[in-house]
Amino acid sequence: MTTTLSTPVSPHRHAHATVRSMMLQVLYALLPGIAVYVWFFGWGVVVHALLAASVALAAEAAMLRARGRALRPFITDGSAVLTGVLLALALPPLAPWWVTVVGTAFAIVIAKQLYGGLGYNPFNPAMVGYVVLLVSFPREMTVWPAAYVVSGHHVGMMDSLRIVFLGQPGTAGLDAFSGATPLDLMKTQLGLDHTVSEIRSSPVFGDFGGKGWEWLANAFFLGGLYLLYRRVISWHIPVGMLGSLIVISVMFYAVDAGVYPTPMFHVFSGGAMLGAFFIATDPVSAATTPRGRLLYGAGIGLLTYVIRTWGGYPDGVAFAVLLMNLAAPTIDHYTQPRVLGHAKE
Amino acid sequence: MSDRLNRFPGGLQLEGFKELSNREPTVPAPIPERLVLPLQQHIGEPAEPVVEVGQRVLKGEAVAAPGGYVSVPVHASTSGTVVDIGEYPVPHPSGLKSLCIVIEPDGEDRWCEREPVADYRSLEPSELRNRIRGAGIVGLGGAGFPTFIKLNPGPGRSIDTLVLNGAECEPYITCDDRLMRERPDEIVAGARIIRHALQARRCVIGVEDNKPEALEALEGVAVDGIEVVAVPTRYPAGGEKELIKVLTDLEVPSDGLPMEVGVVMQNVATAAAVHRAVERGEPLISRYVTVSGQGVAHPRNLEVRLGTPVADLVAQCGGPEADVAALIMGGSMMGFALHDAHAPVVKTTNCVLAETRQGIPEPEPAMPCIRCGACAEVCPVRLLPQQLYWHARAKDFDKVQDYHLFDCIECGCCAYVCPSYIPLVQYYRFAKTAIWAQEREREKADLARRRHEARLARLEREKQEREARHREKRAALAARSADGEKKAAIAAAVERAKAKHAETVSAEGPAESGDGETGKRPPDASSRRSA
Repeated sequence: MTTTLSTPVSPHRHAHATVRSMMLQVLYALLPGIAVYVWFFGWGVVVHALLAASVALAAEAAMLRARGRALRPFITDGSAVLTGVLLALALPPLAPWWVTVVGTAFAIVIAKQLYGGLGYNPFNPAMVGYVVLLVSFPREMTVWPAAYVVSGHHVGMMDSLRIVFLGQPGTAGLDAFSGATPLDLMKTQLGLDHTVSEIRSSPVFGDFGGKGWEWLANAFFLGGLYLLYRRVISWHIPVGMLGSLIVISVMFYAVDAGVYPTPMFHVFSGGAMLGAFFIATDPVSAATTPRGRLLYGAGIGLLTYVIRTWGGYPDGVAFAVLLMNLAAPTIDHYTQPRVLGHAKE
Repeated sequence: MSDRLNRFPGGLQLEGFKELSNREPTVPAPIPERLVLPLQQHIGEPAEPVVEVGQRVLKGEAVAAPGGYVSVPVHASTSGTVVDIGEYPVPHPSGLKSLCIVIEPDGEDRWCEREPVADYRSLEPSELRNRIRGAGIVGLGGAGFPTFIKLNPGPGRSIDTLVLNGAECEPYITCDDRLMRERPDEIVAGARIIRHALQARRCVIGVEDNKPEALEALEGVAVDGIEVVAVPTRYPAGGEKELIKVLTDLEVPSDGLPMEVGVVMQNVATAAAVHRAVERGEPLISRYVTVSGQGVAHPRNLEVRLGTPVADLVAQCGGPEADVAALIMGGSMMGFALHDAHAPVVKTTNCVLAETRQGIPEPEPAMPCIRCGACAEVCPVRLLPQQLYWHARAKDFDKVQDYHLFDCIECGCCAYVCPSYIPLVQYYRFAKTAIWAQEREREKADLARRRHEARLARLEREKQEREARHREKRAALAARSADGEKKAAIAAAVERAKAKHAETVSAEGPAESGDGETGKRPPDASSRRSA
């Protein structure tokens, strides 16, 4: 027998899940969405995702060094890359490169590292970055290309690079395929007193949401199912968010179908699906109790609808997430589960 | 009560590693060179030696008597000579030594006089409890609480259900599995005795469904309406509150005992020990122990005399000695690491896990908590481990109790799934220990304050009594002077009285004030004065 025994503490085994493996799972789950994005809207999203990931890593490394923290465990945990990629997915795919750089740097430096880094940020960093860009650069943030199936033009890698980095329109000219998102179109047209059915007769609309956009939502839904299956996320937040979004849009749709779009339009448009499975489920800034998560998700769905319908912006997922981030600690406090053996409330 | 099984919250599907050690029949471990019998092998006060060094003892003879109510005796597990009573390494997470009786076996293994009971039904429950206590029986599942206390529901409380715990949910451990396969009749016999002692209506034996052979063996001998129930394999199904929830849907109150919901739970091995104690007159001197893990060549179960060094068991199972890096007593989820391989097997030793260097790689560096909530999902008591962690880390001991720290059973599920590799259970143990220490300090301070107040009251009382005496004397003197007789004599008496009074004051006064001063002076006052 060895003379000195080591004395580890229990439990002596581990499930082997790591922060890194969780972040990687989320990145894998985004792949179908990114593929569909590329198919319908060109390679711009990939350019931005790679740019954002690089900027995020650089910003994270610089801040870790400035804060005197170990570099390796945090650079390799995948969280910075994920923040960058999520932000890139929220940006217009042909926005100028500096939009991504500014947004990502703000997300990592201000919203994440200045609050204490991984695990300590009260707000979703990607959404903070997105909102900063939306408020600061409204012009760049609202120019979206039409889907390939609508414009008939697919933006290739070289075109994307030229547009993003040099601001030069590609072979087809920038104006030919830039415009508003379906949500944006719906909002402005409703403002001009058109009915929902009139607006939906526009060629950019498909079965539920915009052409291309609804397929994007399907792909994110697929990725979300994968995350549920791998137990990276729990069902509470997506169900709460999409559930409340559907319930409230059904209510208003039932009141006046001419002014209020269908529930399916809301679910399949804008950031709803990406938000429900990938953004709102960011564990650090979300509520953590099971009932709390349901409430937190429901709050995001509700606020998204309110902002889309009566607010100043066509989409409201980012603002809704940040507002509910504020409420998360309070929600957690009031939704503690009943501990086994304690009296029922 | 429904026959349908219920679920406890959370829990884990763990790889059991049971087949490593549950294939071969249990074999006896040989008598070691020396037996080391700790006086504390149970929860409660340690036993007190009743033998002297040099004394010869027989197998089964009591060598230590209960040291209080929550205490049981210790018996010699073979015949031999007491060679020492002193501090030896014992199996305890602290690694501290503790008082043990050391016996050098004579190799004859000769039993003492045994007094079996032919018909346990002829005994009153209280008599049964005395016998069970006299046999040194404690919970053999791991907690080690004296069994006779759990068999005493007290006046006015009736027990509906006796649950025998054969779940054995923790990975690697198979001693109960083997016992249920090999000695199901003893378990059932013990169950009947315990049921009689409790006057319980119902008796259920709960076994995880990953032990079909054990279930079959028990079903084959179950009589008297004893129910054998397969429960889903889900860690920690063998936790007391968890198994009660699964079998009866009753929830044991947070700070209460199963008795309060009419349930008493005993481990299957405890039941077998009760049978041996009552119907064979044999005290608890041996038990089944699983020896498993990567560090032994032939993992299996051994029937071991209490007091046998763990190192002997590992050697018997072909431990490749150089490779064993750690010895865990208990399973992989809740077991603790031994500091000394020569620590003895005690009543609560269900498993020895020999871990190799590869088996226990350096722990991953802990990352910050990302609040993923995986811990809360697996907690079998529905705690919020993450909040407990934050508050324990901040040493906010009020908050940590608001989040029900003391409901934590330290099963390790939360730490097992934590993607940040935070040693959560360690934080909870730390907080619990700190809170206990605080409470002890508070009790000590309370005691000191009460003592001080009592002393002040006594001094005040004595002062008043003295003054009362003086007043009486003065009154008596004044009365006598009023008589107007023998003025000279009176004057003399007054002089005497004055002198005596002065004497009393000088004798009592300074001594008392000096005492008071030392008592009240702050500890640094004298040093300040001298400086």
